[in-house]
Amino acid sequence: MAALLETREVRIVLNAFWPMLKQGLIYSIPLTLVSFTIGMVIAILSALLIINKVPLLSQLMRFYVWVFRGTPLLVQLFIVYWGICNPMKISNLVACVIALSLNVGAYASETIRAAILSIDRGQWEAGYSIGMTYQQAFWRIIVPQAAKVSVPPLFNTFISLVKDTSLASNIMIAEMFRKAQEFAASSLKYLLIYSEAALIYLIFCTLLNALQKACEKRLRVGK
Amino acid sequence: MYYVKDIHKTFDGNHVLKGVSLDIAEHKTTVLVGPSGSGKTTLLRCINLLEMPDSGTVHLNGAEMTFGDGAPPKYAGSAARALRKKTGMVFQNFQLFPHKTVLGNIIEGPIAVLGVEKTQAVAEAEALLKKVGLSDKRDAWPRDLSGGQQQRVAIARALAMKPELLLFDEPTSALDPELEYEVLSIIRQLCAEKQTIVIITHKLSFAQEVADKIVFFDAGQILREGTWDEMNDGSVPRIAQFLNMLR
Ligand SMILES: Nc1ncnc2c1ncn2[C@@H]1O[C@H](COP(=O)(O)OP(=O)(O)OP(=O)(O)O)[C@@H](O)[C@H]1O
Ligand SMILES: [Mg+2]
Repeated sequence: MAALLETREVRIVLNAFWPMLKQGLIYSIPLTLVSFTIGMVIAILSALLIINKVPLLSQLMRFYVWVFRGTPLLVQLFIVYWGICNPMKISNLVACVIALSLNVGAYASETIRAAILSIDRGQWEAGYSIGMTYQQAFWRIIVPQAAKVSVPPLFNTFISLVKDTSLASNIMIAEMFRKAQEFAASSLKYLLIYSEAALIYLIFCTLLNALQKACEKRLRVGK
Repeated sequence: MYYVKDIHKTFDGNHVLKGVSLDIAEHKTTVLVGPSGSGKTTLLRCINLLEMPDSGTVHLNGAEMTFGDGAPPKYAGSAARALRKKTGMVFQNFQLFPHKTVLGNIIEGPIAVLGVEKTQAVAEAEALLKKVGLSDKRDAWPRDLSGGQQQRVAIARALAMKPELLLFDEPTSALDPELEYEVLSIIRQLCAEKQTIVIITHKLSFAQEVADKIVFFDAGQILREGTWDEMNDGSVPRIAQFLNMLR
């Protein structure tokens, strides 16, 4: 056992673990949380504008969703970074948050729109039949049911986002994967280090899985 | 006074209501019968404006809306809501709120719409649950109830708003025959209490039993209205044929 711990490979792996995890904790996770939060706000607004067919704004949102679902995230990241943030001397972190938020927002917008539309028209009518306003029927009757429907697909988006933060390495953000690249280059143990990085992503996503389970369990009440 | 006057409704070129006028007598039970697709549901939904008439008037005891001239009124605007608050609707397929318990379903309207205190709303809901015989299901979820129980909760939910006019659209047609009875007996009781009721049903025996007035609907128009005996006098072949078919 002691001998095994002394091998060069093990030392490299152990040395890399904490620095990589640390970059994950200070970059990958916060990037995920901030982008997801902003993305959800965009998504809810966009879904509401599209569902209510608000003139101009709904067309604008459809265009936005079309563009961001139809182009690669890496390309979006580069366009935001090289096109907007770099010339305007805005930090690459901000560029990353903007690109990730807009990307997540586009996908989640469709999820939320579909969830709201999936609720039986009769539920709106049941609300109206007891004298509710549009707002009351929407927030008290439709939203709680739509929220339940949208939890699994939104967690899908959330989990994808954790992994997508690795793309930020391409605009010089020292997140986890960037650190892994550095360790791999200096040690030449590519397979080992990248497997280790994969493992850390897997740990993050496993935690999210557990969170999803808890959410679904809580929301299962009533149906 | 409760009436609709000269109601027209068209769905994409399909003229479903062709100038329907109907007086709804207070404290009486009005039963709508007629062939499938004749527009009974559409008329009922026009009374509480779940369907907005193209033209005509809906008048419910002082609250009134006239359609056809000027801009179309807002679906959930204050005029429409004022009319809806006077009515209670029981749907063919219950439409309980699945994310709320039985009690939650019943107190939702009083709390959110009428602004009743929660303790009072709960007390009233419990009395209604007793009335529909479901006191033991107070904290159950709709999905755990039989169809008959769900429909009884739906009736309690409608009653909780203290409506002046109760609307039933084939309230037992989604139920197994052995569950019909429990729902019908509650409606029977409401009729006996002299609620103002409009009900659509294909159950002629029940119609005969509770109806103060039968309204026969055909092809978007009222063909004839009157008591059960008047309807059965055989003077209108179309009606005689329909009644025979259902018997
Ligand atoms: N929302 C709608 N959109 C389009 N057409 C509709 C709509 N609602 C009803 N219709 C049409 O209006 C006509 C009358 O329907 P309605 O449901 O009022 O009939 P009904 O007398 O209640 O029939 P049933 O006894 O089968 O319930 C039908 O041809 C139906 O297809
Ligand atoms: Mg019908």
